Order: sequence, then C-alpha cells, then structure tokens
Amino acid sequence: MVRITRAIDFSASLHYRRPELSAAENRQLFGRAAMAHGHNYRLEVTLSGTPDPVSGMVLDLKQLKDLLEREVVARFDHRDLVADTPYFEKEVPTPENFAAVLYRLLEGALPRGMLAAIRLYQDPECFVDVTAPGPGA
Amino acid sequence: MISVTRRYWFPAAHVLRSRALSEEENVSLYGKCANPNGHGHNYGLEVSVAGERDPRTGWIVPPETLDAIVRSRVLDRFDHRLLNEDPLFHDLVPSAENIAIVVYRELAAPLAKAGGGRLVRVAVIETPRNRFDYEETS
Repeated sequence: MVRITRAIDFSASLHYRRPELSAAENRQLFGRAAMAHGHNYRLEVTLSGTPDPVSGMVLDLKQLKDLLEREVVARFDHRDLVADTPYFEKEVPTPENFAAVLYRLLEGALPRGMLAAIRLYQDPECFVDVTAPGPGA
Repeated sequence: MISVTRRYWFPAAHVLRSRALSEEENVSLYGKCANPNGHGHNYGLEVSVAGERDPRTGWIVPPETLDAIVRSRVLDRFDHRLLNEDPLFHDLVPSAENIAIVVYRELAAPLAKAGGGRLVRVAVIETPRNRFDYEETS
C-alpha cells in the first residue's frame, strides 16, 4: 500500500449566516465570520493504493490534477462559497463543513476506496482533516 | 473521522537538565541545550479536536472556545516564560516531547467539559525542523 498526496491552492469568499437568525443574531453567534471575508485555501488530497504493475503508479498524477481542477478549482476558486455554489444553502461554510463537502465530491469522483484522507487549510493556522470512511463516521 | 486543528505560538525559554543526572552527565547528554542560563524557541502548538459537527453552527468546537481554553491553560502560562520554573516541569525535563504530553493533559479535561468534540492530538513545533506529535489511544 502506498499513499500519495497532492496539494492544490484556491481562493474563495464566504460568510456565515443562519437564515432563521437576524443579522444581529448571526453577528452574535459567528462574530466576524458573519461578515464577508475570504481565505486562501490549500487542499491536500491523500490517496492510497497498490501501484499498477505496468505503470508503477497508484493513479496517474495528470489524471489526479485534472480531477482536482474539475471537482474543486472549477467549482470553488475565485467564487463565493455561499452565492456561487449549491453546497451551503443549508450549512454554514465552516472549514469543517467545507472539508466534508470536498471529501464527498472527491470520494464520488475517484476510483472506489482510493481516497484515504483530505486536509483543508483555511489559513496557515487552521486546518481540518477528514479521514476514510468519511466525515460522518 | 473529522477533526479541526488550530495552531498557536508562544516564545519561551527552557533548559534541558535532569535532576536525576550529574552536571557532567547533563552536559554530555544535552550538550548546548543544557546551558544553565537557558535558551528559547518560538514554540508552535497544534491542537486537534475531533467529533460531530454542530448541525447549526457547522463547528466541531467554536474556535473562540478552543482559543480561550488554549490561551488560559497554556499560552498565558508558558508564553515568554522559562518553562523550567513552571511547577509542571518541576520534576520533568521540559523537552518538546514532555511539553506535548503536559499540554495534552492540561487541555483534555477542559475541552471535554466544553462539550465540543474531544482532544485527539497535540503537536509541538520546536523549530521549523523539529516537530513532536502526541496522541493518547483510548
């Protein structure tokens, strides 16, 4: 078994807001995160598998690069997580919730059983790890 | 499993010396780290908490709660201090390994009491080249 990790960087804007709460209540609950702000995210994606006997690779890194471009960068880079994506209509885009969304997207896009873990850095001082079998387990 | 990690910094001084060893043995074992006048590091501290995400807030633990516990239990205590003078290190060499263990034990109970997840890891980054991870298997 080999683990391979690839990192990508992207930037997005966001704010935390519960629709059932007033602006003042949101500000009270979430502090400054209730206001419009942004992060330079870094996502590390770790796959595990046995190298293919012919290619010597777990997964062609070009394939992984294209997959991350399609699943993550195209969806989230230079977007607003709340206004421009369908993932935070009912959930607040905390790094925990965002990492759970990313884990599910990648789990669905990668060959079955290959995704071992992701680490989402919201900034250099805060990150979320999701490890197989997933965020709810 | 899902966990959130936040990183903190506290410059502090320490001396690596064991009361169980003679002067010669300390110098031989710890080398320049045994300098009796001390030396210091910009310690980095990573605290990892795992658990369920609150369905309303999306947090495992509110960051302000985690920050307040780490600040009151660790940073206020160790920041800009000589670690050897802290009672926690009276009989314990303040090596980075021991700092990680001591910090873990200081944080586990208040974090459990705060209710947002459980402590799963403490890492001490002593220098950009040295990192020490401590986990307790339940």
